[in-house]
Amino acid sequence: MDVVLALLAGVLAAASVWLMLDRSLVRFLFGLALLGNAANLVIFASGRLTEGAPALIAKGAAAPEGDVSNALPQALILTAIVISFGLFAFALSLVHRAHKDLGTTDSETLTIAEGSDRT
Amino acid sequence: MGNGTLETAAPTEARSRNRFRDGGRWMGFASAVPPALVAAWLLSLLPRVSEGRPVLWAVDWAPTLGVSLAFRIDGLALLFGLLVSGIGVVIMLYAGSYLKGHVHLGRFFLYMTAFMFSMLGLVLADDAVALFVFWELTTVTSFLLIGFTHTDPKSRRNALQALLLTGGGGLALLAGLLLMGLESGTLRLSAMDPVLIQGSALLPGIIVLVLLGCFTKSAQFPFHFWLPNAMSAPTPVSAYLHSATMVKAGIYLLARLSPTLGGDPLWVWSLTVAGALTAVIGAAWALRQTDLKQMLAWTTVMALGALTLLLAGSAPISLAAAMTFLVVHALYKATLFMVVGILDHEAGTRERDKLAGLARAMPLTAAAAVLAAFSMGGFPPFLGFIGKELKYEGALALVAAPGVAAFGLVLASAGMVAVAGMIAIDPFFGRQRKSVSARPHDPPKSMLAGPLLLAGLGLAFGLAPGVISGPLVQPAVTSVLGGPATVKLALWHGINLPLVLSIATFTLGVLFYIFRTPVVAGLNAFVGRLPMTGERAYDGWLAGLKALAAWQTRILQGGHLRVYMATTLGAVVALTLFTLFWADALALPAAGSPSLSILGVTVAVTAAAGAAIVVTTRSRLAAIGALGIVGTAVAVLFLMHGAVDVATTQFLVETLVVVLLAAALVRLPRLTQTPRRNRRARLRDGILSVGAGLTVTLVMLAVLAEPFDRRVTDFFEAAAWPEAFGRNIVNVILVDFRALDTFGEIAVVAVAGMGAYALLKGGMAVPKQPIESLILRTATRGLAALLAVFAVFMLLRGHNDPGGGFIAGLIAATGFTLLALAHGVGLARQALGGAPRIVALSGLGIALLSGLAGALAGGAPFEGLWLFLGGDPAAGDKGIPLSTVLVFDIGVFLVVVGSVLAIVFGLEEEA
Repeated sequence: MDVVLALLAGVLAAASVWLMLDRSLVRFLFGLALLGNAANLVIFASGRLTEGAPALIAKGAAAPEGDVSNALPQALILTAIVISFGLFAFALSLVHRAHKDLGTTDSETLTIAEGSDRT
Repeated sequence: MGNGTLETAAPTEARSRNRFRDGGRWMGFASAVPPALVAAWLLSLLPRVSEGRPVLWAVDWAPTLGVSLAFRIDGLALLFGLLVSGIGVVIMLYAGSYLKGHVHLGRFFLYMTAFMFSMLGLVLADDAVALFVFWELTTVTSFLLIGFTHTDPKSRRNALQALLLTGGGGLALLAGLLLMGLESGTLRLSAMDPVLIQGSALLPGIIVLVLLGCFTKSAQFPFHFWLPNAMSAPTPVSAYLHSATMVKAGIYLLARLSPTLGGDPLWVWSLTVAGALTAVIGAAWALRQTDLKQMLAWTTVMALGALTLLLAGSAPISLAAAMTFLVVHALYKATLFMVVGILDHEAGTRERDKLAGLARAMPLTAAAAVLAAFSMGGFPPFLGFIGKELKYEGALALVAAPGVAAFGLVLASAGMVAVAGMIAIDPFFGRQRKSVSARPHDPPKSMLAGPLLLAGLGLAFGLAPGVISGPLVQPAVTSVLGGPATVKLALWHGINLPLVLSIATFTLGVLFYIFRTPVVAGLNAFVGRLPMTGERAYDGWLAGLKALAAWQTRILQGGHLRVYMATTLGAVVALTLFTLFWADALALPAAGSPSLSILGVTVAVTAAAGAAIVVTTRSRLAAIGALGIVGTAVAVLFLMHGAVDVATTQFLVETLVVVLLAAALVRLPRLTQTPRRNRRARLRDGILSVGAGLTVTLVMLAVLAEPFDRRVTDFFEAAAWPEAFGRNIVNVILVDFRALDTFGEIAVVAVAGMGAYALLKGGMAVPKQPIESLILRTATRGLAALLAVFAVFMLLRGHNDPGGGFIAGLIAATGFTLLALAHGVGLARQALGGAPRIVALSGLGIALLSGLAGALAGGAPFEGLWLFLGGDPAAGDKGIPLSTVLVFDIGVFLVVVGSVLAIVFGLEEEA
């Protein structure tokens, strides 16, 4: 199963890079959202997969019994999801504002609209 | 060059313009105190050190790297330390009067003192890294001093030149020193084993790197040109940095490393050739100068060459010659610089052909100049004579080409004799010219005391050489030699080859002086025909470097987002793939684990298909929907492998992403409005995308093929309940074990929320019309309330069961978002009861306070404090737990709610 996740992470990363290289900033945002998913999959699978139970300790026990999922990458991903959501929302607001002020979401036109000190 | 305008600030422009009553002369006295104390302290160590017992002092600096702040005062360090501090006293006193009234006097003494202590650190350091740090500190402080007259572009240029050359050399030196450390297994210079280093295959590299550092610092050919240029500094700086200290740093290090690196043919020949060339060039160029200060600068170049040449050998006599000449040079050179400064100050010019006959008006200055010049020319009974005799003896004892070396030294020393005449005879004797200021006179005592003292010492040490030979020179030679040595200095050595060479030097030197006009003309004609000078090479190199920088900036930073992205991604992909193939790290996990499940593969394929739709579709709505599919599928994958909390979070975030996108995209242009990329861009981006995907997959496979290290996880699993009283290990990690990280992360979330809020709030807030649907409106009120209650439930149970602040925060935010969609932002804001950004910031504050509580109670920051209410230990019931950890999680909850809603409301309110 972990090989499947490795492949999926690759596919998501490739799709995200393709989208982020687009001239349209809206598609850039789509790419950003996908990139977060790809990264989280990478972290998750790197902590090894278990078919087992969640990382919970049963009542009365001092430690989890049997094979439970690795809690460490989960803790990392949990915050990563929220942070990448924050980043995504911020980028969305940025694009929104750029569109409002400069009237475009085309990154090439944006270069011209912002002006450039290079000739 | 060659005129008095080089140093514009000191005597003319800035006089009587600072706010101190006596123009700041007291500062000179005050600044002379620290070096005086250091000198006294070093003198008190003299008996102990000359017995061969060095003083050691060390504290750990970076113990894991083996770096310590270690100092070791042996004979060599003591000699240099005394020169630095002793001459420092004199120069500080002198500078107080010389720069009296200068606007930036305070700054000047700050720089000078900083420089002096850097230099002391350099010569006393025993740790290679500490030595390097002090080395670069002298580079930086001397940059500030050379460019002290920063209003003058020439001054700035020369300061930069010195900085680039000596700083660049310093980097090479660092590499060399670290290699030495690697080869010998220690960074302590005194503990490095010469046998290990001399036997190393890296020896040639080490020598080249170290010599690059020493040669740039000590202005050896072909890096000699920066030193005369550095004369744009005020004269006290030149007297200090460029005679006694800074430029001697390279010489010091050559001497210091001589026991370790000396003897190797590369070392011997490099030092011999560079030293001899530098000495001859320095003497010849000195003769050509019309500006007395420039002339002195070039004689310093000559002296540095001679010192380097002498250090090439490892015979005791060569080293004794070097150490003696070091003292000789420091004494007369500091004196002469100060004399030239006095001339500039009192007579208004430093031009050789404008000064004459000043001895009557300035008798004491003339006396100092003549005394120092005698020592410089090497006349008996001055210390300079002993130094010169020793130089010849030492040169003849060299391993490599002693004859040529001695001949070069004779030529250079003859030049010194002529220069001595030009500096001490020409300005002071003969008929006074009109061009000098109306009433030249001797300067105040504080300016004269130094030159007279140092020049007098040159005579006194010459008459009684035993004063310095036993206590100072001999221990220094012992340090350089790495073994015991006896040095006896005497004026009369009997009739031998050095004496013959001395007589030849005087004859030649006097001839040079008498025929100085044709000699200088001849030299100038010769120099005019030179194809290349170091200065021009430097300019060319600098111009090339700037062009290269401009070129790569144009290519890599053209202001196009896609170019930045492509460059960065391309570099990452290429480097990673190259490393993978090169390190042969391509691998497949032995057996896919856990085994394939039909459900899992289906979900993964669904996610991939969703991604494909996002890539291909030109419809905004389809893209949003497909993004939702990908996120949900990934969440299912998490869920299938036991990551309940993560999956829950992911579901909630996906919901919010879709809501946000739907809210924002309505106002953004359609995807079809932006042109598709052309074929070339498609090819480039396609390669990059596939490369990126391939990289991710290959790296992951390589990671999965490695055996897994469960130590950290094992610790968390074992400690979660007994130490942190939590059954949900993921949540325990978040709010207890790694709470500081979590705090940083919620801070990021809060900042993102604030940032988005700031971006969106500009302009008029015109509430968007809520969605007109009776069913939605009726249902959402109840649903939102339910979600709020559920959120609190999830928050409270989070420590033991799936849930926690993040999840609860997202649930609550979803509830308020629903409310905003159905009833407008106004009602949602009312329901929230406060501005979202205030909620977020309060949450951040609460989390911080709960973390500080742990620290205040005597534990680590963010360590949990627990209180159990009404427990029944007999029944194994601990009671109702109250803890700072729960408070922390409430903080997390509030941050998430506030930040998400700041963005949602902002987008919804946008007109």
